[in-house]
Amino acid sequence: MATNKPSEVTPVKPATDTEAEAGPSRRELLVKGGKIAAGVGVAALLGNLGNWALSYAADKEPIKIGILHSLSGTMAISEVSLRDTVMMAVDEINSKGGVMGRMIKPVVVDPASNWDLFAEKAKQLLLQDKVSVTFGCWTSVSRKSVLPVFEKNNGLLFYPVQYEGEECSRNVFYTGAAPNQQAVPAVDYLMSKEGGGFKKFYLLGTDYVYPRTTNKILRAMLLAKKVPAANIEEEYTPFHHQDYQTIVGKVKKFAAGGGGCVISTINGDSNVPFYKEFANQGLRAEDAPIMAFSVAEDELRGMDTSALVGHLAAWNYYQSVDTPQNKKFVADFKAYCKKSNLPDGDKRVTDDPIEAAYFGVYIWKQAVEKAASIEVDKVRKAVYGSKFLAPGGEIMMDAANHHTYRPVLIGEILKDGQFKIISRSPGLVKPEPWSEFTNPDKGCDWVGHQGTYQK
Amino acid sequence: MMIVLGRTVAVLSFLLVMFSGQPQSIAGEGIEQTLGQITSEDESVRDAAVRSLIEQGDVSLVPRLEEIRADASRSIRQTIKPLIDLLKNRGKLASPDSDVRRSAATDLGTSGKPVAIQWLNAAAANEQNKWVRYTMEESAALLKLTSDDPSIKIAAIEKLGELRSENGVPAMKVLVEAGAGAEATESQKRVATAAVASIKDIVTWGAWSNAIETVFRGISLSSILLIMSLGLAIVFGLMGVINMAHGELMMVGAYATFMTQEAFKAFLPSTMFDSYFLTALPVAFLAAAGFGLLLEATVIRFLYGRPLETMLATWGVSLVLMQAARVYFGDLTSVVAPAWLSGGQQVLVGVYLPYNRIFIIGLSIVCVLGIYYALFKSNLGLRVRAVTQNRNMSACLGIPTRKVDSYTFAFGSGLAGIAGWALTLIGNVDPGLGQNYIVDSFMVVVTGGVGKLAGTIVASLGIGGLNKLIEPGFGAVYGKVLILVMVILFLQWKPSGLFAMKGRNAD
Repeated sequence: MATNKPSEVTPVKPATDTEAEAGPSRRELLVKGGKIAAGVGVAALLGNLGNWALSYAADKEPIKIGILHSLSGTMAISEVSLRDTVMMAVDEINSKGGVMGRMIKPVVVDPASNWDLFAEKAKQLLLQDKVSVTFGCWTSVSRKSVLPVFEKNNGLLFYPVQYEGEECSRNVFYTGAAPNQQAVPAVDYLMSKEGGGFKKFYLLGTDYVYPRTTNKILRAMLLAKKVPAANIEEEYTPFHHQDYQTIVGKVKKFAAGGGGCVISTINGDSNVPFYKEFANQGLRAEDAPIMAFSVAEDELRGMDTSALVGHLAAWNYYQSVDTPQNKKFVADFKAYCKKSNLPDGDKRVTDDPIEAAYFGVYIWKQAVEKAASIEVDKVRKAVYGSKFLAPGGEIMMDAANHHTYRPVLIGEILKDGQFKIISRSPGLVKPEPWSEFTNPDKGCDWVGHQGTYQK
Repeated sequence: MMIVLGRTVAVLSFLLVMFSGQPQSIAGEGIEQTLGQITSEDESVRDAAVRSLIEQGDVSLVPRLEEIRADASRSIRQTIKPLIDLLKNRGKLASPDSDVRRSAATDLGTSGKPVAIQWLNAAAANEQNKWVRYTMEESAALLKLTSDDPSIKIAAIEKLGELRSENGVPAMKVLVEAGAGAEATESQKRVATAAVASIKDIVTWGAWSNAIETVFRGISLSSILLIMSLGLAIVFGLMGVINMAHGELMMVGAYATFMTQEAFKAFLPSTMFDSYFLTALPVAFLAAAGFGLLLEATVIRFLYGRPLETMLATWGVSLVLMQAARVYFGDLTSVVAPAWLSGGQQVLVGVYLPYNRIFIIGLSIVCVLGIYYALFKSNLGLRVRAVTQNRNMSACLGIPTRKVDSYTFAFGSGLAGIAGWALTLIGNVDPGLGQNYIVDSFMVVVTGGVGKLAGTIVASLGIGGLNKLIEPGFGAVYGKVLILVMVILFLQWKPSGLFAMKGRNAD
């Protein structure tokens, strides 16, 4: 089980130590020794590659990548799955000969759900381990904390989670959804005839940057669509809030008479008490559905779903997406978790951030091969406009704004913790980091402009 | 193409009915024809067919309609769906399950189809359950509001006012606005006056029901706070041990509940599943008490009288336990509340009390009584009190103070286990569970006055009640902030809490 974690990391360490301690005169020799040791480390790490990989890895210098996800602390429940996904993608790539004939060597660090530690570990990855790309972060606050580090040292970060937008960094590629690819279409759906024609919106979230910014955008959007301000309620709860009696009581009064729905940006362990209280106070999904932006398959597998059935979520991918490559991806992921002895083995499920973390690795690989270099500036240019057949269907990187074109899917929660897809956008939706409702005059462009610009 | 398909379906289904040997009347053929028309490409024909089927309201047609819908095109599916929903809901009005009857009645009330009024009235006449009947009457009145006849409208408005129906308010507000317009007719004005009166009644009752619910919520939160802090009141209050791992002992109780549930799932027939929860009570108590005993014997006994070191050591233990739970259990842990603790009971219009909260209120009372008995009536309790008051004198009198210490600590830990057991009804079971509650527990014990059980009880009532009073006005975030500010100010005024220790023991 997870006791294996240290052994996955340790083989890498001695190699870097040797490199660092090497004196100038015998540097070459020692560096080479270090590299061979690193190669051995990778081979041991990947195990299944056997002798072929050993000779191969020792032959050419491996490419180091960083994995910056919390493996302990409160966010571990979500982030460990992303670490596993990136490891799996690396495994796949290495078993097919690596990138440009070079193996990928992952450097896994544990920022332990601690925002300051995120910045410190990012610095370590960039300056000490000299990784050429990093896959990591989940919460917005952790991303904000590493952002200056990546910008100052010209690193490259692939960020796989849906977020609140209003960011346009030259050193980050966002493979999750921007607000206009999740929150805005979800509310559009609820207002449509097909979605139930809801008229009253209760915006409920955990008190931090993602829910506050998302709700700011949604409020502007609802007001722009002529929803009277009296029909919009906004409320926040602290992290780990457990007592939802008063709020559910308010929702009940708010939704009386029909036409009311809840837009939930509640994060983490507050979801279970919220949904439980909702059901226990006699509210049904038909009277007031909860549309959630932070509840995916991976969170649902640990919950008692009886109180959640019939409620909604908006994402860009579900495990239930019916494509051949997704079937293979889901099967591969389960097999990988089982083979690597990860907790819960083949009971693991895939979800949106997992898919985004997975194709992020491939987008990077394609870009490296196109640029024929691992230099950040060259790779960045090669990422623009690149396409990849992701498990959920083909996705495309924007030509200039560092975000990803993805489809928008509305799903209904089923008893088994999976989603029934009840609505899907006609095609890929163009990502807009600056919302047209709150910042109509701003745009993000790293080709024609220098990042954020005034339209 | 669609017409051909529609006809084929109609013919096929007709043949099906013929061969199934049921006698077919002329009316039956009429229905067949309408069913055929439902898949027509012409929207007006389709809508007419749907209208006619709605008028007939024949529930037995549902499976047939589902069949037609299954292989129809998108636009036809959209036409048929409301029809199926309506008929299904009519069928559900006769369901043996009162929840199903009630939610069908609610759905019919929002369907906007006046034809459902007669179904609801018929169902209400035979309904035994008071609250299902209430919903049926409410839904019928809501549908009557859409009537064109002002006298029916007024009757419906008065009925809604009588029922104190919050659901009727938005529709009635629309009528009030219509009546207030400059070109309002005489009848519209009459309707508006009636609506204003009804809304006033409803709002007045709404305030009352809100007050009642707020009181209940306050009591419920207090009972949760109390049950969390009881164990701490003994360990910290009586023994003076600052146990930072107390929250993790709750977590042990919660995981013990989870394990019991899994064992029931694995080894016993599913009919016995619901009884796992009561079985889990002693399991949770013993598991947490066992952990407590171990903790006392290996860490705490060496640190008696050194509060700072105890705090650090137990904090370390709490981190170890937390990460161990994370590694061992992962995150596939959810405790399913037994059926008899899910949902709730409506007691008054707008007042709905969840069973799980009623249960926890009862449990906290039982626990308090149990502790009082154990401390003040039993032999062990006598010794515990003796040791906490004067250790040396008790030892002189032959009380084995070492043993008393470890039993007391184990008892307090066991109470934490019970709290963890009960909290699975409210929240989730995860490694961070203890961290969510530990701060609140300490706050209650310190505010109440260290060493006084009565203080803990009063403090949890006060903090829980105040929290729920503040929350509706200030929101959850500022509610919490205000409570903390109040506690700080209170402790400035009374540093030793509500019920201070008096006499020579006070230090």
